[in-house]
Amino acid sequence: MKKIMMGDEAVARGAYEHGITFAAAYPGTPSTEILENIAKYKEIYSEWAPNEKVAVEAAIGASIAGARSLAAMKHVGLNVAADPLFTFAYTGVNGGCVIVTADDPGMHSSQNEQDNRYYAKFAKIPMLEPSDSQECKDFVGYALDISEKYDTPVLLRLTTRVSHGKGVVELGERQNVEMKPYKKDIPKYVMVPANAQKRHVVVEERLKALRQLSEEISINRIEWNDREIGIITSGISYLYVKEVFGDEVSILKLGMTYPLPSELIKKFAEGVKKLYVVEELEPYIEEHVKSLGIKVIGKEILPIVGELNPGIIRKAIKGHELEHISVDTKVPGRPPMLCAGCPHRGVFYVLKKKKVPVLGDIGCYTLGAAPPLEAMDTCVCMGASISGSHGFQKANEHNGRKQKIFSVIGDSTFFHSGITGLIDIVYNKGNAVPIILDNRITAMTGHQHNPGTGKTLMGEESPEIDIAKLSEAIGVKRVRIVDPFNLKEVENAVDEAMNTDDTMVIVAKGPCALIPPRPQGECRIDQDKCKKCGLCLRIGCPAISKKDGILSIDPDQCTGCTVCMQVCPFDAIEKVR
Amino acid sequence: MQEVKSILMVGVGGQGTILASNVLAEGLLKSGYDVKMSEVHGMSQRGGSVNTQIRFGEKVYSPVIEVGAADVIVAFEKMEAVRWLNYLKKDGVIILNTVEIPPLSVLISKEEYPKNLIEEISKSVKTIAVDADKIAESLGNIKAQNIVLLGVLVKYLGLQGIDWEEVIKNNVPQKFVELNTNAFRKGLEVI
Ligand SMILES: Cc1ncc(C[n+]2csc(CCOP(=O)(O)OP(=O)(O)O)c2C)c(N)n1
Ligand code: SF4
Ligand code: SF4
Repeated sequence: MKKIMMGDEAVARGAYEHGITFAAAYPGTPSTEILENIAKYKEIYSEWAPNEKVAVEAAIGASIAGARSLAAMKHVGLNVAADPLFTFAYTGVNGGCVIVTADDPGMHSSQNEQDNRYYAKFAKIPMLEPSDSQECKDFVGYALDISEKYDTPVLLRLTTRVSHGKGVVELGERQNVEMKPYKKDIPKYVMVPANAQKRHVVVEERLKALRQLSEEISINRIEWNDREIGIITSGISYLYVKEVFGDEVSILKLGMTYPLPSELIKKFAEGVKKLYVVEELEPYIEEHVKSLGIKVIGKEILPIVGELNPGIIRKAIKGHELEHISVDTKVPGRPPMLCAGCPHRGVFYVLKKKKVPVLGDIGCYTLGAAPPLEAMDTCVCMGASISGSHGFQKANEHNGRKQKIFSVIGDSTFFHSGITGLIDIVYNKGNAVPIILDNRITAMTGHQHNPGTGKTLMGEESPEIDIAKLSEAIGVKRVRIVDPFNLKEVENAVDEAMNTDDTMVIVAKGPCALIPPRPQGECRIDQDKCKKCGLCLRIGCPAISKKDGILSIDPDQCTGCTVCMQVCPFDAIEKVR
Repeated sequence: MQEVKSILMVGVGGQGTILASNVLAEGLLKSGYDVKMSEVHGMSQRGGSVNTQIRFGEKVYSPVIEVGAADVIVAFEKMEAVRWLNYLKKDGVIILNTVEIPPLSVLISKEEYPKNLIEEISKSVKTIAVDADKIAESLGNIKAQNIVLLGVLVKYLGLQGIDWEEVIKNNVPQKFVELNTNAFRKGLEVI
């Protein structure tokens, strides 16, 4: 049977068909749909881990136990999981293990565009790079075979257009794979120096064998056509090259990009007159080709920044673009914004008023940095808010500057990597104040459950981890739970924080407006009372607009959260529902 | 079978571009085409610009459309139509929903929603303007505007031979099947 599948969905199908029974991930665009789809197969145990490091470690445990396992994450997630990854390369596996990294060239939804192919080389782990959905499914099978045959974890690297691109996939049957027996093996699995020193030798030996495999494996293949031009490419770039050149040029398509097949590359280079490497982001393949002493054109004509597409490649190699219409009309941008009724809005409104530094984090609430709220000073990586605020505060204190420092962090991000920052504050007697924006969901990535929501990925009930109690247990002196829709309550807590040196955490607990049951209220502007001051526009609610001088609220969008009502100095806004 | 056709659907998060493109892709697959699609998730729920790209033919490589390569743009919103217009082929067609969705900068009177966009667009390309929102509203739910537009597209591409109503049934919740089937039929009648 044939089905149209997203790349992520096809990876999930591959996991199902190839007998994986354990899968873990932390959500992150564009990888999230892998686990969301795996969860539909009851044959696979699946879970949201609190972060990527935990997901990979759990997959390592499952593999050592003897099961075929998988962990998935976005590119920056692999930074978080890098620690176990590097040593997993030494221990090797028992049941086959695939680690999926979904990179985001162009940063559609990310804070950087690192090229994770370097992780394969760095950690000495083989890497496969599918180009389309069919390959996503098939390569999970190849990866598991390689993993078990060569006793190594295998990286599967997708990029946004592969993860979220859709194509036709031929479905197969599930192959039931018996769990392997577990045998205690201290020299293999206990990486103390004496054992690790021996395992590193094994890793180097394994690499030799993998290099040989890369020369022979069917997914590294040459398509000979006219030999005037030869292009080495992989992943989504292969499809772009085919789009532009069809069968006009010879192509070396690399499905396995670590280790790279040096002999195959030499043979291909000898067979063509002019050689190009077409790859997104870094000159990863290009550097290798050049290290073999081969003359090749790559990044001098193709960008390192952003995504490729057929147009860019056409222009770079063929020297022209397609004809197209150009329009002079400039239209305003349409950046994303906090939803009407979003619980984050009120907190940012109060923080803006207080003019305090707010160290930020990653989630929907990062939109609090956008106009008109602009109430966030930083966003680096998940978890960097609380720890960053601590460093900021300590540097201030040590250098004699007096200033209260706040941080904002979502519930999911707090569980991911905010807790350790809070421990830092308590342990080192800081007084920066974390505000935990507990909207009861992981909203940014499409509303996944997390350790605070009381539900698992597989839909089971589970204990809700209580953020306030956890903070108390860590030793925070003052923990205040506030309703983020009540501006006075938020402001009181912030004022209390401004006036104490005790450790303090504010938990702003109010549900995301998009989780059912969605709020059904409505506020309305009384035009007789409205003085057209426009103050309500400063909260950046998309339900409120000003047209021809008149302010009004769109009843279809408004949730009746009352934040605008509390901001209006003339009592012109009333709750009608 | 003919050469590869490229359809670009553009709009604003929440307008249902993804459902429309899913239905389109599934119908095309059923009738034997190779199909590739691309969409970018992430910020779409929070009112940002969204686009989905569908390419079909005997053999399709790239899931993304390059500038100047779209046969049809289905624009769910006027400003988005302008934003993506350079993707259209010189002789391409734009199916233009006449809806206006102001971005935040316009809502708070920082910028103005550009005027006369329909005239502007139809000056440079062949334009089929459709009041899909009004048609959907007359059927009882403005949300079905996406399927009205899909109907227009199907008619324009001459793909009425495919059992679209069956595909719609597979892709929408039971209680919305009738609404969407009617929306689709209305769309077919537009041109
Ligand atoms: C290491 C890492 N993993 C995953 C992501 C993707 N990501 C960004 S924000 C976020 C979760 C945000 O959830 P939460 O903190 O609850 O805030 P909300 O969006 O609900 O406001 C995720 C998973 C990332 N940027 N970095
Ligand atoms: S999805 Fe939820 S948390 Fe995100 S902006 Fe909308 S209401 Fe706020
Ligand atoms: S009550 Fe005011 S702030 Fe809240 S959603 Fe409605 S218009 Fe927006």
